[in-house]
Amino acid sequence: MTTAIGLTYLVAAVFFIFGLRQLSSPVTARVGNRVAALGMTLALIATLLMPTTGYAYHARNYIIIAVGIVLGASAGALSALKVKMTAMPQMVAIFNGMGGGAAALVSTLELVHVTGGTILPPGGQGATIMLGSAIGSISFAGSIVAFAKLQELVPGNAIRVPGQQVIVGLILAALVAVGVMCVVVTPSYLLFGVLIVLALAVGLALVVPIGGADMPVVISLMNSLTGLAAALTGFVLSNELLIVSGALVGASGTLLTQLMAKAMNRPLTNVLFGAFGAAPAGEAAGPTAAGGTVRQISVDDAAVLMSYANQVIVVPGYGLAVAQAQHTVREMADLLEQKGVSVKYAIHPVAGRMPGHMNVLLAEADVPYSQLFDMDQINGEFAHSDVALVVGANDVTNPAARNDPSSPIYGMPILNVDHAKQIIVLKRSMRPGFAGIDNPLYLDPKTAMLFGDAKDSLTRLVSALKTA
Amino acid sequence: MSSALILGAYIFILAILLGFEVISRVPSMLHTPLMSGTNAIHGVVLVGAILVALQADNVVTDILAFFAVFLGSLNVFGGFVVTDRMLQMFRSRSGRKE
Repeated sequence: MTTAIGLTYLVAAVFFIFGLRQLSSPVTARVGNRVAALGMTLALIATLLMPTTGYAYHARNYIIIAVGIVLGASAGALSALKVKMTAMPQMVAIFNGMGGGAAALVSTLELVHVTGGTILPPGGQGATIMLGSAIGSISFAGSIVAFAKLQELVPGNAIRVPGQQVIVGLILAALVAVGVMCVVVTPSYLLFGVLIVLALAVGLALVVPIGGADMPVVISLMNSLTGLAAALTGFVLSNELLIVSGALVGASGTLLTQLMAKAMNRPLTNVLFGAFGAAPAGEAAGPTAAGGTVRQISVDDAAVLMSYANQVIVVPGYGLAVAQAQHTVREMADLLEQKGVSVKYAIHPVAGRMPGHMNVLLAEADVPYSQLFDMDQINGEFAHSDVALVVGANDVTNPAARNDPSSPIYGMPILNVDHAKQIIVLKRSMRPGFAGIDNPLYLDPKTAMLFGDAKDSLTRLVSALKTA
Repeated sequence: MSSALILGAYIFILAILLGFEVISRVPSMLHTPLMSGTNAIHGVVLVGAILVALQADNVVTDILAFFAVFLGSLNVFGGFVVTDRMLQMFRSRSGRKE
């Protein structure tokens, strides 16, 4: 490595750190992302200028690299430009999986020595390679499953198999055993192949049982794993930039994963191994059996109720996001404000499918910052609000989390929607949410249900408000 | 343990501590963009992919190297563009609305 390239890597690492710091504040976030992108550009240019006189086929290799970059960059940039805001989480998941796959491949290629194709002797170098390829492969498989679940290519709900922990544990143990064998004896390609297959199996077995509601935490975890795998390739290639950037992402990803699990008031192990949404049917049927009937409301009645309210608190959830109803909800809010009704939005930390996801969606619809309130800011306000309008949110409004110790989500912080004088719930059907548990809120005498697609119901509410 | 490995370990540990420090004060509404931004940053593995691709000297390593570069590029370019799109929305809100 020449001095100039080494120094450029140092500059790139500094750009990444400053970029990350700026990403942590709303005002500078966009600049921060661009600073990081600039650092990446510098690093890539420096790498492409690396002297290659010692390599046998460098002319041909540059063609492979150029084709790979052009295809990868255009596919990545195009899908990122075309993706709908609601599909953001799975987009991040798939990009993350690609990074994990790349890290695994880089480690694999280092295993095969440059000259003669002999496989590396065991030792410290071997250990880093095994770890890098295994962790990269876990992240690859896990992220693909997360993507498939969120994209609804496979059923998104939690799939519980009896003894899931045991299965994951056994595969993991086998993975570690094969990994150790690869390090203490000179590995064969066959043994290394087994290692990769086992790592992919760990990724699958870990994520398949987890339900859609917990997917953000999983994606964040996979994100930090990819960071770790990238750092390990840095050890293998003696490349400090890879070590620094991989470790930065590994650390920040871990912190973010913990923050998300904390927002759901569940330890990470519980997210990974205690999949809810698979509660036995007997338990889930509890609240319904306890009695109470579901009351429905007409669009016109709902419109009247809201136009004479002092304050309406809108509680947006994933249903609003899938229905692409963020613009319609703002239109409705504007109409209400014209009628002198104060409108606020209550944003649960995990509303949508990722923390902050709902803020992004509402921002897209030009909802002003000043109307958005965090859970802690708004929870006291429900009691003196006439109407709480729940749009496609479910589990984050479930009072069972507060007062039913037998509920699987007991202890999760929720929005105290049930404290409002009237509650209107826009919902497709009585089907339970991601968590797969019933919501006693719907049986509350103060609650009225307006069934239908969120966007459709909101559009009808808007026209009813115009004539009301 | 070689001195290069020890130096690497130093850098690794310090970067981890820095990683915790740098993002520990993030408002929750920035969690998704932050995850997306860090996701783009670990796309730096593309640098590693290019380095191993330069050494590829047979059909098998050529193919593996191609995929490493391809996947790494997807991660980098897709990651930064999607993050920029998310953050663009945060900006436009304060710009257009008073």
